[in-house]
Amino acid sequence: MMANVLEVASPGPLSMLQDLGRPGWMKYGVPPSGALDQEALAVANLLAGNPEGAVGIEITYGNFTARALDRTVLACAGAWAPVNVDGMPVSPWAAFSVMPGQVVSIGVPTWGVRVYLAVRGGIAAPLVMGSASTYVRGALGGIDGRGRALRTGDLIATPDQSASARASTSPVGDVTARAVAALAKRQAAFAIAHSPALARASLSQPNSTSASTSASPGRSIAIRVVMGPQDDHFTDAGRQTFVEHEFTLTNKADRMGLRFDGPAIQHVHGADIISDGMPPGAIQVPGDGVPIIMLADRQTTGGYPKIACVARADLDLAAHLRPGDRVRFIPLSAEDAHEAFKQEQAASRAPGRALRIRIDGVEHVVTLFELQ
Amino acid sequence: MNVHEDAPRFLWAGDSAVVTQFGNDISPLLASRVHRAASALEGANLPWLVEVLPSYRSVLAEFDPRLISPTAACEVIQGIMKTIVTSDGHTSDEHTSDGLGGESGRAEGDIVTIPVCYGGQFGTDLPDVAAHTGLTPDEVIALHSEPLYLVYMIGFTLGFPYLGGMDPRIATPRLATPRTVVPAGSVGIAGNQTGVYPSASPGGWRLIGRTPLRLADPSADPPCLLRAGNRIRFVPIDEPTYYSMEGNQ
Repeated sequence: MMANVLEVASPGPLSMLQDLGRPGWMKYGVPPSGALDQEALAVANLLAGNPEGAVGIEITYGNFTARALDRTVLACAGAWAPVNVDGMPVSPWAAFSVMPGQVVSIGVPTWGVRVYLAVRGGIAAPLVMGSASTYVRGALGGIDGRGRALRTGDLIATPDQSASARASTSPVGDVTARAVAALAKRQAAFAIAHSPALARASLSQPNSTSASTSASPGRSIAIRVVMGPQDDHFTDAGRQTFVEHEFTLTNKADRMGLRFDGPAIQHVHGADIISDGMPPGAIQVPGDGVPIIMLADRQTTGGYPKIACVARADLDLAAHLRPGDRVRFIPLSAEDAHEAFKQEQAASRAPGRALRIRIDGVEHVVTLFELQ
Repeated sequence: MNVHEDAPRFLWAGDSAVVTQFGNDISPLLASRVHRAASALEGANLPWLVEVLPSYRSVLAEFDPRLISPTAACEVIQGIMKTIVTSDGHTSDEHTSDGLGGESGRAEGDIVTIPVCYGGQFGTDLPDVAAHTGLTPDEVIALHSEPLYLVYMIGFTLGFPYLGGMDPRIATPRLATPRTVVPAGSVGIAGNQTGVYPSASPGGWRLIGRTPLRLADPSADPPCLLRAGNRIRFVPIDEPTYYSMEGNQ
């Protein structure tokens, strides 16, 4: 039996259903879509007691409000945003319970861009090519199966509450370790870059970083990359420009890709290649010489040379880059990038770590809230 | 041909994908290698393989980094690719995609017949194509429906085929101002390319007809009619046939 658990009161700028995407269909022209920050969706689901790939809500830049229609457990992860139930704050990156009639609101993030809201039992949505992920441009998936983002009045239902709720398998310790690792990584990448207040606070600490970081409100964000497949389409100077300079994200930033501004990366013979497949996190450089990172809703093929691809370990970070952010690309070999990915996976699954974090001078403790 | 020039290149595409590149031009020979390579990868039933994406001259293979390292994945992929160039002799694709349509070529890959109602309300730009090319509308239809086209790849949108093999005599530039809506099934010409719109979308191609076939259906498996490596032939039909075929779907 489907049960309505939430009614969307305000979706904010852009909220939509996402799961881990629909890989395997690129050969038919369909991108994988799915949560841009896959680990954050997984953590939100695990905190809510769901399998990590359950359908959740991807909330872009906050300002999301929903009214509970039933007693349930919710959990948020991803960008750091205030979460309130009837105006009372609850910890982000934690599970919390709501009663019928209570209003849940997710405010504008202090850092990061996308918050993932999971509902215990998951969210009912038509599966299109094996996934409920919303692909707006391709009119696929989402709450109506035709790519629609959420709007006011949409009802969020759990598919089969009793069966899904019992499907919860992950021990609390494992969830906590993954949440700690994922939150720590995102906080390290974005907290200071996105929050001038935090940048000032960090200055007062004795072991703060060098004065150069404090000169500007933000700080550049390191994104690890693997060079290729078409790095040989760029001059030595062009490759040097790519790895030695900062690039600033423009306001052309969505689920398809992130377009940067910065010094022109020099091609050898123009910017046209015979169109070929677009790998995850591909960094293509069109004729104007500025890089574009291609994300989950990317076109499946493209005709610009790809100087590098974002390392798998850092791909989720792209979900939280904001216009104005300055990014440095750090080249790694494919094997080193893979080592980094594996080490982070192992660390996030190590048991026995408590989730206590300090943000804006306030300590938050992440706990798994049991409904009973 | 020099053996070394024919050896595929293996290029990293991040730490969870590898590109196998067979060359650097658009040709039926490379397409044949690409499509055989994609089939061989898919046929190997590798549990860690996530995507196999054939394009004009290369195959992108994406793998799950939780299941395999890039070096190990690349070794397996290289092993499979070794056989591709050396098995060129087993196909005659390269002789058939330029419209000759020899019987030997038809044995490779499926041939899909696409009925098209040319001209009239479905092909409103047919008179313009005729005027531009100096041909009669019937001559344009005859030249368009004669070749066996090769589906080089699918991209851009669900089920959109990039076709090779159009007769250059009917090449016509795109519209100066694209239409805001081109109906699904529309058959068009853009420069020296021809194609079919699988779904309604904006577009600047010169529309010469429409097929009643459904090229894309997200709820079907597979979700589209064509795949890379298929051959297609456009067959002229009249309007009553169009409507009866459309109604039968």
